[in-house]
Amino acid sequence: MVDRSGQDGASPAAGVLLEARACCKTYQETDKHKAAHPAHMVLDGIQLKIRAGEFVVLLGPSGSGKSTMLRILAGLIPPSSGQVFFDGQPQSGPNPHAAIVFQTFALFPWLTVLQNVVLGLRAQPLSDAERQERALAAIDVIGLDGFENAYPKELSGGMRQRVGFARALVVQPELLFLDEPFSELDVLTAANLRKQLLDLWRAQQIPTKAILMVTHNIDEAVTMGDRLLVLGTNPGRIRVELPGLPPDERGPHSAARTDLVDLIFRIMTSPHEDVALLLKDRGPGAKTGTLAPPPQPYQTLPHVEIGKVTGLVEAVHARGGRADLHQLQGALRLILDQLLPVVEAADLLGLAYTEKGDLILTEQGRDFAEAGVLGQKELFSERVLANVSLVRFIVQALQTAPNHVVPDEDILSFLQTYFGEEEARAQLHTAIGWGRYAELFSFQEDRGLFRLAEASEPAQPA
Amino acid sequence: MIPLLDVLQSIPILSFLPIVTLALVAAFPHSNVGLELASVILIFTSQAWNMTFSFYHSAKTQPVDLQEASTIARLRPWRRFVTLEVPSSMIGLIWNSMMSWAGGWFFLMASEQFVSGSRSFQLPGLGSYLQAAANAGNTTAILCGLFTLVLLIVLLDQLFWRPVVAWADKFKLEQSSGPEAPHSFVLDALHRSALVDTVNRRVFRPLGRLAAGLLDRLQPLPDTSSPEKSGGQRSRVMVVRRAVGRLCLLLLGVLVLFGLWSMIRELQKVPHGAWSGLPPAALATWGRTLTAMLIGAAWTVPVGVAIGLSPRWSRRLQPVVQVVASIPATALFPVLLIFLLKVPSGLEFGSVLLMLMGTQWYILFNVLAGAMAIPTDLREAATVYHATGWRKWRTLILPGIFPYLVTGLLTASGGAWNASIVSEYVQFGNQTHSTLGLGATIAEAAAAGNFPLLLAATLIMAAFVVFINVNVWQRMYALAARRYTLA
Repeated sequence: MVDRSGQDGASPAAGVLLEARACCKTYQETDKHKAAHPAHMVLDGIQLKIRAGEFVVLLGPSGSGKSTMLRILAGLIPPSSGQVFFDGQPQSGPNPHAAIVFQTFALFPWLTVLQNVVLGLRAQPLSDAERQERALAAIDVIGLDGFENAYPKELSGGMRQRVGFARALVVQPELLFLDEPFSELDVLTAANLRKQLLDLWRAQQIPTKAILMVTHNIDEAVTMGDRLLVLGTNPGRIRVELPGLPPDERGPHSAARTDLVDLIFRIMTSPHEDVALLLKDRGPGAKTGTLAPPPQPYQTLPHVEIGKVTGLVEAVHARGGRADLHQLQGALRLILDQLLPVVEAADLLGLAYTEKGDLILTEQGRDFAEAGVLGQKELFSERVLANVSLVRFIVQALQTAPNHVVPDEDILSFLQTYFGEEEARAQLHTAIGWGRYAELFSFQEDRGLFRLAEASEPAQPA
Repeated sequence: MIPLLDVLQSIPILSFLPIVTLALVAAFPHSNVGLELASVILIFTSQAWNMTFSFYHSAKTQPVDLQEASTIARLRPWRRFVTLEVPSSMIGLIWNSMMSWAGGWFFLMASEQFVSGSRSFQLPGLGSYLQAAANAGNTTAILCGLFTLVLLIVLLDQLFWRPVVAWADKFKLEQSSGPEAPHSFVLDALHRSALVDTVNRRVFRPLGRLAAGLLDRLQPLPDTSSPEKSGGQRSRVMVVRRAVGRLCLLLLGVLVLFGLWSMIRELQKVPHGAWSGLPPAALATWGRTLTAMLIGAAWTVPVGVAIGLSPRWSRRLQPVVQVVASIPATALFPVLLIFLLKVPSGLEFGSVLLMLMGTQWYILFNVLAGAMAIPTDLREAATVYHATGWRKWRTLILPGIFPYLVTGLLTASGGAWNASIVSEYVQFGNQTHSTLGLGATIAEAAAAGNFPLLLAATLIMAAFVVFINVNVWQRMYALAARRYTLA
């Protein structure tokens, strides 16, 4: 009998279902760039055990590699190093005892609801009649009765994700992976589906032994998780492991819940702080992972537009130069995943820093908030040159180049020694946005050329 | 692989028709089977390459989440092919085959009668009917023939393509249903028919199940209960597979080498004088294709934009343009020739006109679609800021239709090159008319049974088309994607 109350299941004695040992993932390097530089890590030294009866939640900001980790654990992609064990056996290829519910639902638009659900059973040696029967049973359990012959495009988002759940549950997986399954749904639909899943799981109406969910929503994590793993970025690593709340303390008015949400919020908004300090007043059960992140080979820019940084700094300034991030998030109507990169950018530029869940403006940040449009540009230009190595690198390259012109391929191939191709492009794109705003250089997209600001051509008449 | 497909796609099909036909006719000396087979091969080669191209493209752009869902459901390769790869490329395949179908008409009409050496081939068909009618100067017969042709194309559109397109709408990848899904009364009738349903249940579904069972056995899943044993088995299967694969590759290589060698031997037979005549001929044909495209663009752009910007007219005229565009111009050639050949040096203009007949519709069709796709807010902005006349064209309309115009011109260019073979060298009545051009060289070599020259001219044409594709069209495409995409 598996206990699913959420407390004792986490005891070490329970059987370990899935174990990741020292899993790392690096960006795919092309042969051209197999240079002496260390590769950019997506995941670093992931050590993790999932036991029978557990609902584990992986919580992390975007870019922490949490979806990559889920795919490694499910066997969809192999780790660059390290290994995953299922039931003590090393795992290679997709795990036949696992099922995934996708963020984007991943329904085949040309198959009906029933056909989509049956698809999950194709690998099992069943007769067509048995498949049909089990699929109908799964559709019934998840509340999709009457929609068997509808096509996904006829359904609302919530109904589509129900199909996603039915397709995963129909194979009676021992392990259920949920990849941000509620993030594309509206608040009410998500709450409804969450509750339904928890009811099925707690009442043991589904034979699933363990669930791993990836999310960036703290409330959702606290509501659902028996054990919470908070990931950090650059590289993705487990910063802290927290025990979940007992089910009766997960209600919206429980003090324990408010405390836990607050703590996780503070941990996530202080990416560079030592987690142990934040956990001081916390009882046993919390385990910190890798204490300090290993130094990265190259500074990673958060992909944020300058307008957002300006908006954040001004909002904090209006609150007296110091604001509680949790309140700020509510006031600005942002989800955490949108707020975090902006906070990081402000921190990187030296305009603000976080301390115990508060965002505090620096002296420069205050000046920045008070300056006019042109003054902000000037201040920003100073901050960028002082703090952002990629922009500095481009400006230096422009100063030494003949005619003060540099093609973007040069910068890109430099970046690709540290990042994968896609991330290198994204980094360059962000740096271009910042550099243009700071009027440090101009960039001609159709020719792919950087020009130094002083040497740029006069604006062409329209 | 992509460049190879590109080259294969640009080989003018008409020029290897004589070789194929002669070989097949020799194989079936006493019946028409050889000729019919040759037609089938012709149609196949005119469609296979761009269908492959389209499939490759959609296979590369498959949604990642569906791929992952198939992997985690551990679908066997054949089932993955049937549930993921084929459906996600279905729409591209259908649109491509519609285009190729129109192209097929074009060539079939031309190939219903042709002369190679001293032999003349004739298949019963609408193309040869029209030509015979034009030869005889029988106006009634010409009109009857044209009417039949239009009727045929409209029927085909209604009974075949429209149901297929309406059916394929479910393979669209977006999850929301569009405002207006294509409809077809024929498809509705088929869906409601009891007969079709019964046949489906009694015949096709059992057959499908049988095939699925067989395929499941052919592609067993790796046994997960004992990973080591199955690992060993798998590696042995892999070794055998790899060996077979290598053998096939080797055979293919030998075949290609042999083909190349015999090609070079053929090419050596081409006299120097003939070689030196090819570049000027190619330039002449190129000039003609350019002229045809310029004239085509000159009238289709204003007309297409005028229609496209008016919702009322575009709704009415788009289906008409679609039908007109799919009338094979080759069928009309004989009719036009009656008038053209009366003018002195008529074929000089005539061949341009014939190319125009075949290609202008592609441009019109695309311009129309482009004009319809210009967003309303941009049009309103143009009105608010008083962009009228030429300024409106320069800032709004031309950039807006540019990607579509490039697509139309690219298709038109390909069509014009192909049309040069039938338009620069024509046999009318008992006379042969020709003008300087690569198309004429190819047609003449084919008519005279001069295979080395035919091969040389064909290669030059393919090289020219590839050169233009790489240096003009691909750049235009890149520019369109970078600067003029409205999204």
